[in-house]
Amino acid sequence: MMTEQTREGLDRRRFIKDLVESIPDALIVTGLGSPSYDVFAAGDRPGNFYLWGAMGGSVSMGLGLALARPDKPVVVVTGDGEMLMGIGSLGTVGVKLPPNLSIVVLDNGHYGETGMQRSHASLGTDLVAVAKGFGIAESFTVEDHAGSSEIADRINAREGTCFAQVFISAKESPRALPARDGVYIKNRFRDALGLSPI
Amino acid sequence: MSWQSSIFESLKAADVRQVAYVPDAGHSETIRAAQADPEVHDTVLTTEEEGVALVSGAWLGGQRAALLMQSSGVGNCVNMFSLLESGRFPFLTLVTMRGEYAEFNPWQEPMGRATQQALELMGIHVLRVSHPDEMGEVVSAAAFAAFEAGDRVAVLISQSLIGRKQWVKP
Repeated sequence: MMTEQTREGLDRRRFIKDLVESIPDALIVTGLGSPSYDVFAAGDRPGNFYLWGAMGGSVSMGLGLALARPDKPVVVVTGDGEMLMGIGSLGTVGVKLPPNLSIVVLDNGHYGETGMQRSHASLGTDLVAVAKGFGIAESFTVEDHAGSSEIADRINAREGTCFAQVFISAKESPRALPARDGVYIKNRFRDALGLSPI
Repeated sequence: MSWQSSIFESLKAADVRQVAYVPDAGHSETIRAAQADPEVHDTVLTTEEEGVALVSGAWLGGQRAALLMQSSGVGNCVNMFSLLESGRFPFLTLVTMRGEYAEFNPWQEPMGRATQQALELMGIHVLRVSHPDEMGEVVSAAAFAAFEAGDRVAVLISQSLIGRKQWVKP
């Protein structure tokens, strides 16, 4: 038996739009599904890398990027399901703790792409406790829209790895689909950093 | 020079700046060298598939990275290898083999026997080193193909090179 989630949850599009507008210099890696759509809907930019697959890989990709570019804020925006599939990567982040890496998990407690089945995040798992247990001390929940500016300040400061679990509504948003051509997205991203194709 | 030290020497010569790994006895010298080098980030992973995404993220930011793992780890990576083809990311992995030569543990055999085919099924070019003298050159060639041609390359390190694991203390 499952109990119903009672939390109302934030509007994900509004939250991400506020966040992205406050972090103009940040490089953003998005987990597949709705987080990719949310970040794209907030305004496409070359410093975004949208995953359309590789489930469980967003945080690791953000870690490799953050280690390579300590001069830039790096943000991973993903969902609870994608985070759960790569949950061990929080332990890997907890060992390195790059000060310029922030992880934002948009948690609606459900797998949105596959028919809104409930995820562990609404069935007992406490993601902030997990992140803290893996050594990311600056881990916290966000339950109001004002929280986006607090996260933005941490991102822009590049003074410590942080993990934010943002409780969002499970309501579906209009589709907003970024390019699916990973080679194009990769080359555009690198070009914005002054890196040439091979 | 030992084959173990020629690995890290070739990685350094190719300007590899991040080394991600799930530990293996055959990689221990490379891991120690990476940890001791202030110009190289060493990252211990909880599972090998994290490394596939990590090295791709490093490339996005302009750094070359390599993934060290044991043959069993190749099986853990299969879906994550999609990222390499979808984004045409350069990829360099060094894989120590189990289950193929004087193996004591039968549980290593299923994945050890499927390692090369699993890599090739996912579009990764496989090179193999069975003689110590070849190591530096093959790792260097693999790194060159990965970072200059954008290839996806795995170097399999034969179990015969690594030697028999001692199961009973003398």
